[in-house]
Amino acid sequence: MNKLILGRYLPGDSIIYRLDPRGKFLITFYFIGIVFLANNVASYGFLLLFVLFAVYISKINLGFFIKGLRPMLWLILFTVLLQLFFTPSENPLWHWGIFTLSTDGMRIAAYIFIRFVLIIFISTLLTLTTTPIEISDSIESILKPLKVIKFPVTQVALMLSIALRFVPLLIDETTKIMDAQRARGVDFGEGGIMQRIKSFVPILIPLFVSSFSIAYDLAIAMESRGYKDGEGRSKYRVLSWSKRDYMALVVMLLITIILLFIRSY
Amino acid sequence: MEIIFKNVTHSYEANSPLEGLGLDDVSLTIHDKKFTAIVGKTGSGKSTLVRHINALLKPTSGTILVGDREITPETNNKNLKPLRKNVGMVFQFPESQLFEDTVEKDIMFGPMNFGMSEADAKKSAHKMIELVGLGKEYLDKSPFDLSGGQMRRVAIAGVLASEPETIILDEPTAGLDPVGRKEIMDLFKNLQEQGRTIILITHNMDDVANYAEEMVVIHDAKVKAVGKPKDIFNDRSLLTDDILTLPRSAVFAQRLAKKNFSFPQLPITISELTTEIKRQVHGD
Ligand SMILES: Nc1ncnc2c1ncn2[C@@H]1O[C@H](COP(=O)(O)OP(=O)(O)OP(=O)(O)O)[C@@H](O)[C@H]1O
Ligand SMILES: [Mg+2]
Repeated sequence: MNKLILGRYLPGDSIIYRLDPRGKFLITFYFIGIVFLANNVASYGFLLLFVLFAVYISKINLGFFIKGLRPMLWLILFTVLLQLFFTPSENPLWHWGIFTLSTDGMRIAAYIFIRFVLIIFISTLLTLTTTPIEISDSIESILKPLKVIKFPVTQVALMLSIALRFVPLLIDETTKIMDAQRARGVDFGEGGIMQRIKSFVPILIPLFVSSFSIAYDLAIAMESRGYKDGEGRSKYRVLSWSKRDYMALVVMLLITIILLFIRSY
Repeated sequence: MEIIFKNVTHSYEANSPLEGLGLDDVSLTIHDKKFTAIVGKTGSGKSTLVRHINALLKPTSGTILVGDREITPETNNKNLKPLRKNVGMVFQFPESQLFEDTVEKDIMFGPMNFGMSEADAKKSAHKMIELVGLGKEYLDKSPFDLSGGQMRRVAIAGVLASEPETIILDEPTAGLDPVGRKEIMDLFKNLQEQGRTIILITHNMDDVANYAEEMVVIHDAKVKAVGKPKDIFNDRSLLTDDILTLPRSAVFAQRLAKKNFSFPQLPITISELTTEIKRQVHGD
């Protein structure tokens, strides 16, 4: 249950932790966008160096990022193999039926692989250094202009932060219920497919019951503390944009220029 | 079944910066057919300890012997049913395990998983519902229509129905009313007298004094003391640094000791206390 590194915050302190979450959020998406600009060894190498540098200054062990690849392993393997054996080529090194192996194929497969690594590392960096609450605060702040078209920004942000708060709660609850049913002789992941599906009923029902009761309690608690619609509320956590956040934007700009240069080189 | 822990260490999230020690080199014997209480403050590792007995958790190092079954870090998840049938476990807030549409079916769930026939499981359900102090009329109700305390009893019946030899209870009476708690505790004592091994985790020192024959004190993931409740509650070294509190009778005796009474050994139950007071007042 606790193996998912992607999407999990790791308490710590470094310059990356101190960046404004809004900036980090936007930069991460921006970076994922410019990854697709890379088109040769030098540009991929440059981006990889940048990401490794970012990991280095975050002061987080590289092992965490490598673990982040694990849930995506099959997808990565599948895509890479597809490129490796199915890239059409004029002068293949090896050919058998529908399979073709060529230097082009190998090169493209390697690019795809690096692209995965870049995207996963940079998003892992965001989630490891930014609490879910900060992320939902940033989304609220970024969506704010949509208020003009009557989009319920504060309500959506509240729903988002409640949903985020429920994730660890539900994971704990699931572990507890699974343990209780295991002690009553349920074997998860044994027997045929029907057997396996059936073994989830004793988890799902109690899970539904307890999530409803938690949600109900939460609603009552919020109402009894006078929550109405969230309009005009001041903030407990105030986001502040500082010099280093401008710096981060400048760095991104430089990266883009250098990338465009290497790309056409 | 005798249960033996040999140098058991358990770390949560091993090999990560979030690593935390749940158990630290624990060696311990829990005797067959005895009533053993496990105490220690919140987060000391009590639940972690007992979860090893039915292999819900595996040790990071060390071994656990349950009867002739050995649990090691390499133990895999196959073939654990015989062990789990023999070691019943009532969790903290066990009402969250209820899921069937009737109480009867929910009680039958465990026994049937362990291979009991439907007829036998039904018989067992009828017996257990009475044993936990609810009438047969509850069998056809939905478990979700019951009160919290009634749910608790149904959940306990569901564990007892598989007729385990060893019964582990993780704070089974938390949140019950005083009469209900006494009924449930008496039930466990009865089961022990019929030849079962009872392991009780509790924060209630009166329950320890009244029911347990053996006592284990856990502190900071280590076993701090093992012995008879009477001896442990009289061990000053344990009472000082908030590892352990005293049962009410012992606290009362400590106060009396300031008013011309003297207790070479602190009485830990009400009856011990009253006998001692009578002896000292009448001087016989
Ligand atoms: N799933 C888990 N992941 C990480 N750490 C855990 C986990 N479960 C327990 N711990 C830690 O292990 C330690 C022992 O926990 P445990 O649940 O065994 O305590 P306990 O003695 O049963 O406490 P309580 O009286 O509150 O039930 C605690 O410090 C806790 O934070
Ligand atoms: Mg516990």
